[in-house]
Amino acid sequence: MRPRIFLSFGALVLLAGCSSGSGTWGWYVIDPSTPKGMSNISFLLSGFGATILLSLIAAGLSMMLGLLVALPGMSGNRWIRLPSRIYIEFIRAIPLLPMLFWVFYGLPVVLKSIGINVSIDAFWGAVLTLAISDSAFTAEIYRSGIQSISKGQTEAAKTVGLNYRQTMRYVILPQAIKRILPPLANQFIYIVKMSAFASVIGMQELTRRANELVVTEYRPLEIYTLLIFEYLVLVLIISFFVRWLERKMGADESK
Amino acid sequence: MSEKGPAIKISALNKWYGDYHALKDIDLQVDHGERIVVCGPSGSGKSTLIRCVNSLEQHNSGQIVVDGILMKDEASINEIRSEVGMVFQQFNLFPHLTILQNLTLGPMKARNMSKADAEERAMRYLERVRIPDQAQKKPSELSGGQQQRVAIARSLCMEPKIMLFDEPTSALDPEMISEVLDVIVDLAEEGMTMICVTHEMGFARRAADRMIFMDHGEIIETGPPDAFFNAPKSQRCQLFLSQILQH
Repeated sequence: MRPRIFLSFGALVLLAGCSSGSGTWGWYVIDPSTPKGMSNISFLLSGFGATILLSLIAAGLSMMLGLLVALPGMSGNRWIRLPSRIYIEFIRAIPLLPMLFWVFYGLPVVLKSIGINVSIDAFWGAVLTLAISDSAFTAEIYRSGIQSISKGQTEAAKTVGLNYRQTMRYVILPQAIKRILPPLANQFIYIVKMSAFASVIGMQELTRRANELVVTEYRPLEIYTLLIFEYLVLVLIISFFVRWLERKMGADESK
Repeated sequence: MSEKGPAIKISALNKWYGDYHALKDIDLQVDHGERIVVCGPSGSGKSTLIRCVNSLEQHNSGQIVVDGILMKDEASINEIRSEVGMVFQQFNLFPHLTILQNLTLGPMKARNMSKADAEERAMRYLERVRIPDQAQKKPSELSGGQQQRVAIARSLCMEPKIMLFDEPTSALDPEMISEVLDVIVDLAEEGMTMICVTHEMGFARRAADRMIFMDHGEIIETGPPDAFFNAPKSQRCQLFLSQILQH
């Protein structure tokens, strides 16, 4: 019964929206056939660059940081393993928004107190937060990928004289990468979506642009609808890429 | 080749897995050129013993000296591993590399050999295990017997003084066992020092200088194959032999 109620309600809203007289929907704010609508649209779309750049750099950093955390996390020595474990548990427990505030407002103070005088702008504050927050997850992805490679591979590498670094580079990682890349690419989608939080510290990306336009135009419904579609397009493109990657990896596997 | 002392000298070796006492006070000496076959029921510690020789398992007490090198730290372990080749039950070839790359990886990365030299050596050993024509294939394209022969060639490419075989034919289909054993017998006849864990008793008679029977982490009986098979002294060994020689 419930779905049907929601469905009828949704249809009602849409119907009301389409009948221009009621005044519930006002697509004119982003109507590309009017100069005003067009300039609003281009204002909204101009956030794409920052969102993409922010996500790419954060994802890149997170991938490097994740590997640095994951490798000691697989050590046979528990004292080497421990810091990695603590890092993952700790970082994973911090919600993104509080961490963003802490990095943006708090970290410069902490750094200043130990003699490092840097200001962190909105962009780098967001990059840093996203990268650190995400690295706990990428570390776990690396760990599960690497541990899925049989122990016999490491042993065989040892018997032909390879050291730890060579074993990782020539034997383990080339095999693990096929199992790591798809979930890693998935994680990238998460970063893109979470980058919206950067708007609250003033980063001029998609969500911030939408917020600013809402304040001047006062048409939140239409503008946020478009915003959702902007993210949808971005994520669909990445999903498509992930699928392609998985197919390519899968095809490689059977060779 | 340094001929000082035995190839392998193990004394008072103990190994625990938690509370489980896997190796109990093992003493064993292997001379240069000696071929040893280790047999015994599963869980008797035979694999653990040979895996201790190249430190794939760390022992808890006792001493291992390989070719005059005392196993004590990372450096000595690396030195020992460069003298000891190993062949595994599950082959453990690198599936993402071609056969040729499997063979050249160690010489090129661990020994800094040039690609050309490493490939030349690899082809030489592939010919010795009688599969030079498969060099460009991936391991998964080969039969089990061929894969295991590649694994032997991969070990030989490091030109070890000692070879360890950990049940090299246990994962093979019956018709492929002899092609692998023939290669090992060849090696034995060339004078390679080897320890082979196996239940192939026909092979043991052909290739072994000395048999070792293990049970519950102890060496129960040891001796030349003739005496070992015809007149085993201990009851446990008699029972074991009667069970595996029945068919």
